[in-house]
Amino acid sequence: MKNTSHTINKQHEDHGTSKSLIIGFAYSIVLTLAAYFLVVEKVISGWVLDATIVTLCLAQITVQLLFFLHLKNESRPRWKLLIFLFMLGVVVILIAGSLWIMHNLDYRMMTDMSSMKNLQTQ
Amino acid sequence: MNDIFGRLTIDAFKHDPIENGAGIGIAITGFIILGLLFYYRGWKYLWNEWLTSLDPKRIGMMYLFMATLMLFKGLVDASMMRAQQALAVGDSMGYLAPPHFQQIFSAHGTTMIFFVGMGMVFGLLNLIVPLQIGARDVAFPFLNSLSFWLFLVGAFLLNISLVVGKFSATGWLAYPPLSGNEYHPGVGVDYWIWSVQISGIGSLLSGINFLVTILKMRCPGMTLMKMPLFTWAALNSMVLVLFAFPILTATVLMLTLDRTLGMHFFTADYGGNPMMYINLIWAWGHPEVYILILPAFGIYSEVVATFSHKRLFGYTSMVWALASITFLSFIVWLHHFFTMGAGANVNAFFGIMTMLIAVPTGVKVFNWLFTMFRGRIYFARPMLWFLGFILVFTSGGMTGVLMSVPSADFQTHNSLFLIAHFHSMVIGGVLFGLFAGLSYWFPKFIGFKLNERLGRYAFWCWIVGFFVAFMPLYALGLMGATRRLNHYEAATGWHPLFMLAALGVVFIICGGLLQVLQIIIGVRQRRQNRILGDPWNGRTLEWSTPSPPPFYNFAIIPEVHERDPFWEAKHRHLPEKKQTYHDIHMPKNTPMGMYIAAFALVFSFAIIWYIHWLTIVGLIGIIACAIIRLSDDDIDYYVPAAEVERIENQIATRIKHA
Amino acid sequence: MTTPTTLEHDHHAEAERYDKTIFGFWIYLMTDCIVFATFFAAYAVLHNNTFGGPSSRDLFSLPFALSETLILLTSSFTCGLAMLAAHRKEKAKVMALFGVTFLLGLSFLGLELTEFSHLVHEGNSWQRSAFLSSFFSLVGCHGLHITCGLFWMFVMMAHVSIRGLTASTLRRLTCLSLFWHFLDVIWVLIFTIVYLMGVK
Repeated sequence: MKNTSHTINKQHEDHGTSKSLIIGFAYSIVLTLAAYFLVVEKVISGWVLDATIVTLCLAQITVQLLFFLHLKNESRPRWKLLIFLFMLGVVVILIAGSLWIMHNLDYRMMTDMSSMKNLQTQ
Repeated sequence: MNDIFGRLTIDAFKHDPIENGAGIGIAITGFIILGLLFYYRGWKYLWNEWLTSLDPKRIGMMYLFMATLMLFKGLVDASMMRAQQALAVGDSMGYLAPPHFQQIFSAHGTTMIFFVGMGMVFGLLNLIVPLQIGARDVAFPFLNSLSFWLFLVGAFLLNISLVVGKFSATGWLAYPPLSGNEYHPGVGVDYWIWSVQISGIGSLLSGINFLVTILKMRCPGMTLMKMPLFTWAALNSMVLVLFAFPILTATVLMLTLDRTLGMHFFTADYGGNPMMYINLIWAWGHPEVYILILPAFGIYSEVVATFSHKRLFGYTSMVWALASITFLSFIVWLHHFFTMGAGANVNAFFGIMTMLIAVPTGVKVFNWLFTMFRGRIYFARPMLWFLGFILVFTSGGMTGVLMSVPSADFQTHNSLFLIAHFHSMVIGGVLFGLFAGLSYWFPKFIGFKLNERLGRYAFWCWIVGFFVAFMPLYALGLMGATRRLNHYEAATGWHPLFMLAALGVVFIICGGLLQVLQIIIGVRQRRQNRILGDPWNGRTLEWSTPSPPPFYNFAIIPEVHERDPFWEAKHRHLPEKKQTYHDIHMPKNTPMGMYIAAFALVFSFAIIWYIHWLTIVGLIGIIACAIIRLSDDDIDYYVPAAEVERIENQIATRIKHA
Repeated sequence: MTTPTTLEHDHHAEAERYDKTIFGFWIYLMTDCIVFATFFAAYAVLHNNTFGGPSSRDLFSLPFALSETLILLTSSFTCGLAMLAAHRKEKAKVMALFGVTFLLGLSFLGLELTEFSHLVHEGNSWQRSAFLSSFFSLVGCHGLHITCGLFWMFVMMAHVSIRGLTASTLRRLTCLSLFWHFLDVIWVLIFTIVYLMGVK
């Protein structure tokens, strides 16, 4: 009957503590406000701003996965983590792939004539 | 008065003679089934043993029954198209008006992919996977039942469109803007949308169910690398279901929003981008075809090993091949629209990825052949289907590699060459695999073998019919014939080839009819053809059970030490351990899955016809049933150990007297 | 081998059932992420297609979005606290904390509907352009999930108050909390990609 106590313990270890919840909550607020003020106060701009707020966003998601969803507490085999990573892979492929393809189609449709003015002189 | 029924009027029931004929055909089939039920007084039996059952063996059989019905509908659609194309040359316009022809090819594709392919796959998964992993049930028996009923509702919607209103005329994938409100404001596309959406939700739920089942419910000792190849294939297929079907759900939802709420995802104006639909739908569509073929590959692995009386060659490389195909299938989808206007870089990337995916498939084919090498081969019907597959699938696969070169694809895209290619894949790969699996495993679940001779004749009809029907299409495609043509000029010189193709379909129909005959005669001769547990000298756990297995599958959960555990058990002559029986935990039957699906049918029918009050009734019904089910505590029971012992003794006696 | 007693049976069966159900629900959440990813992909491709109408810069209010974000984040926190109480079988705390979570969720929804109706009244509905279609459906899809979550929370609170914290209710509350946490993760993405990057 080792199995029984093992699975029951597994249930408990997944739950985390109130301390981890509070830490997660605090980090999340900080990361949210940081991104907000960076945009509102126009501290940086251009692609640097984009990269920074995306990084802050991914950091907050990681925080929430670890502290609210207790992803690191999973015991082996780490199926939930594996499936999560696979999902991430598919999401990246879908979004990056769609953006690449649709941008390529858009470019070749030449709907934006403003950059093509020079062609007329040829 | 009109508002009560939305846009449903008496006109919805008016059809031309052919549509009326189809409606009558459905009605006749329905009456025959009802008639048989009345004759055998089977209502109570049907309700208790089948409709409310949560036993995956029962659910699997129901899937297979529905898939077979839908196969015949799809074959009828195909015959009508072949007949039309054989007749409509030059001055003759054939017998099918264009709008009708369009509905037929749309219904044909939708039926075959969603209801025959997916139906057979889930049917076999339900029957085989729990037995192969030494489990008694799937992880979520109620969800399993719900998945089946949602599948049936999807099929029902597609078929009811023949009688009430019309079906979609925009192909099996409903490309916008043609499928948008501006060009197709009627109910046709909406029928397609909800048929696909509802069965899609059923598929997603099954994906979750089987993934959890395979990962969490294997019997002791069965590590992943000891699982049978069919279960490995099922696992990979379910991974594809889980990560691809949501794309379909979301994309079809966007189309629905365009049609019902006036949004502009895929409209030709207001900033919409119809090409985004094609991009997204194929991001689902490509994994979908692998969802269909991987289980077939799994079946071939089982069949070839069993009938070569030899261990499968290269187990590890087979597992890695499945995994590579699963991964690669997510990065090839653009090859379905090379001609849509992307540049050379984009086309080249996806072209190369498409060529790559042929490699693991080739690995599998060689491994099957190596398994046969120096084996003691017995050409039972499953092996015949496998040999048919080798011929058809490899030749069709090579045309696929041909088309994976974007510049070559510019010649063949949407021509009959493409049609011949993918039918080689689906018929030679998926359908032949399913037929192999059915002839291999059917005896396990019905307790007797079907008529062997009729089965062989059926095979020959199918394979000859396939070649006669589809080889002309390769030629026609290269001669310039596009798909979905309902008329062409005599000067093209295509007519003789179309007539040949029509002859091929006649052979295929004969094959189908022989298969039905095989079942009917098999049932009549069942007493002579009774089998015990292991008719084929099998290797995997499902053959260790009686035929048919008891409802709990295994009285004692097996313990496994090696791959092909049943073969090992048979040949190691392990001493019989004293069996102690325990109470077995089983789910209770319930009609709730059926009720939820019935309300889903009400909901979708009401949305299609704009009957607003009925939509709300459907929605409330679904939610109410879900809450009732969740509040129900009386959903399972224990079979006492004494009862298990009694059943096992009964089986042992039956075997002794056989 | 000794026959396990029915109580041990039930214990073992319940632990396995909990494990399978949570895992199955997690997988469902992964598929839901793909649905959202598809809507995000559509938004990414279509967000500049304003068809001459207003763009994100013209329409979105960052302070408004920030308050929505902080409210939802807090509700995720209180939901986590509620689950800790649930595992300690503290029924009153569970009801109170889920009640707070419910009210916060309802406020979030109220704010979102206010923003939507404001846009619609100014003529900027989902029918105006592809950009607005993709915005309303992405954010609306999230809002619909929140609505379902609130409804589910209501049903669960009824179950807890009537039946107490049984194995079933605990299992289902765990699923609900996973759902609720995930909706906050999705919102972080929406806040960043739709609002922050839309207004900068």
